[in-house]
Amino acid sequence: MQSDQDHLFGTRVRDIFAAVSPFSTMITRIWIVLFVLFAAYSVAVYIYSDGQHRESLPSASVNRGWQAWQKNNCHTCHQLYGLGGYMGPDLTNAASDPRKGREYMRAFIKYGTNSMPSFQLSDKEINDILSFLSWVDKSGKNIVSPANVHWTGNYLIN
Amino acid sequence: MFSINRFFIKFSLAMLIAALLFGTAAAFAFLYPEHFNKWLPFQQMRPMHTSAALFWIISGAAACVCHFQSRHILDARALRQLLSAFKLTWMLVIMVVFACYCINDYGGREYWEFPPFLNLPLLAGWVLFAIVMLAIFKKSAPAYEWMWITGVIFFLITFTEQNLWHLSWFRESYIREVTVQWKANGSMVGAWNQMINGLSVFLIIRISGNKETAYSKMTFFLFFLGLFNLMFNWGHHVYNLPNANWMRGVAYGVSMTEWVILVILIRNFKRNIQEGRKLKHSLSYRFISSAQTWILANLGLALLMSIPAINRYTHGTHITVAHAMGTTIGINTMILLAAVGYILHADDMSDRSVRTIKRSLWFANASLWVFWSALVVAGILKGYLIINHPEMSFTDVMQHVTPFILIMAISGILLIPSLGLIAFIFIRIPAESGKQKDKASNAAERDELPVYAE
Repeated sequence: MQSDQDHLFGTRVRDIFAAVSPFSTMITRIWIVLFVLFAAYSVAVYIYSDGQHRESLPSASVNRGWQAWQKNNCHTCHQLYGLGGYMGPDLTNAASDPRKGREYMRAFIKYGTNSMPSFQLSDKEINDILSFLSWVDKSGKNIVSPANVHWTGNYLIN
Repeated sequence: MFSINRFFIKFSLAMLIAALLFGTAAAFAFLYPEHFNKWLPFQQMRPMHTSAALFWIISGAAACVCHFQSRHILDARALRQLLSAFKLTWMLVIMVVFACYCINDYGGREYWEFPPFLNLPLLAGWVLFAIVMLAIFKKSAPAYEWMWITGVIFFLITFTEQNLWHLSWFRESYIREVTVQWKANGSMVGAWNQMINGLSVFLIIRISGNKETAYSKMTFFLFFLGLFNLMFNWGHHVYNLPNANWMRGVAYGVSMTEWVILVILIRNFKRNIQEGRKLKHSLSYRFISSAQTWILANLGLALLMSIPAINRYTHGTHITVAHAMGTTIGINTMILLAAVGYILHADDMSDRSVRTIKRSLWFANASLWVFWSALVVAGILKGYLIINHPEMSFTDVMQHVTPFILIMAISGILLIPSLGLIAFIFIRIPAESGKQKDKASNAAERDELPVYAE
């Protein structure tokens, strides 16, 4: 049962609403305009997100390695482009790192370490993962050079 | 309240407790892998932790929205059945997700680490939820209902987008694949924030009785600013990718609009404190007050991280984790606990229980500040060493960072007897205590909030 005060309050809400009715139409319009902009921007991002560094298409081995990377949940501990877990190092450019490279990584994957268990992968699976990491390595650099930092605080990567 | 919704809320609370337990196990497995790798390995604990946390937030938000919207479908049996199907599907799939983790069956996507086929029933269930929400929505709805419907629609869009990698065209370029993945995940956070912010506005209106807020221009302005950021402010996740510069520029520019939110929040801070004193009798308002402080801290952090020159140091460090934990625990969890407490009539519990919850909330906030600060310091240290000392090995860098991770892990343990205890007390609230009140409040809300045009 509503009290008189509640009833008056409810009436007041209705009054306010009636007064702002055109406002509600404007809300719908703004929402739709934003939604259309979002859709257009999404398509542009899909098309142009590989615009500057178009790497070669992934080979069958790269695709298999990518699958193995996901199946073994490697990103839980390792990052690519700074995205992923924090337990192990970022592997974006490990393949071309003179201190690491393919054979170094192969030993890590095959035998594991104190912190990284051996996942009992076959030599073929290890080769595929290394192919995938080499392909990622060729797509760009993970760490942005200070020369790319613009005075506005933005990066300009060419 | 429909009993299945009450069960869904309690299921979500159980996810919160699971997230706290798995999170603590993951933190110690991170620190001492040689002792944990055999029984509780990090690579198994982390997916369990992230999934439990995500499902707590998403399911919890959906359950609360379902409850508050149920007043519109009291006489619509078909819509009620659709909602029940959604809730049952989600609970069943979530159980299967954890079963997959137990047998080390992964899908390997960040945050969504279960086998990808499980996305299908999750998506199907959410479609049912969206159908009901759309069926009862009217464009003249108050701001909080706009927030709810927007959150539901954009979760559907971003969840679908997050699965575009199954199409081979998206995998032809690694840069494109990662960009789209983080576009989807970044916007998805905005989607559930819309639902949760809507709950916050709704609760403040219900507790304070200030119904003008539901249609105020400021509420709608903040709603659209949030929506604008949801749509275009995901780019800080991929600043360092060799993408087109305009993509980075748009994200940077849009993220800076959040300064407006920060200024408004600071301007209203004193007023909120005064209002808080008046409403402190309400348990739900105490949770919302906590969230307001965390919004300020995390918004400040997010603004700094959105400047690419600073992001260069913070990206991929524990500062990102601090921001994620600060928002999911400090903001999302606090508001959801406020909503859950309101729905379960927590204010009517025994004095002893209410006192325990108040103390636990204070304790949880104190622990979270230590937890958050330790992560920020760890992140600053890691970022500085990696960028300015590239000659250092990863092991050497982590040796400097580890003491702060230990502080974070210890303070994380303290969240179990505080936040976990609150969740446990809420789970134990008997169904009978709320049924009559639910019926009465549903009827009252239906009469009292006739927000649609006649």
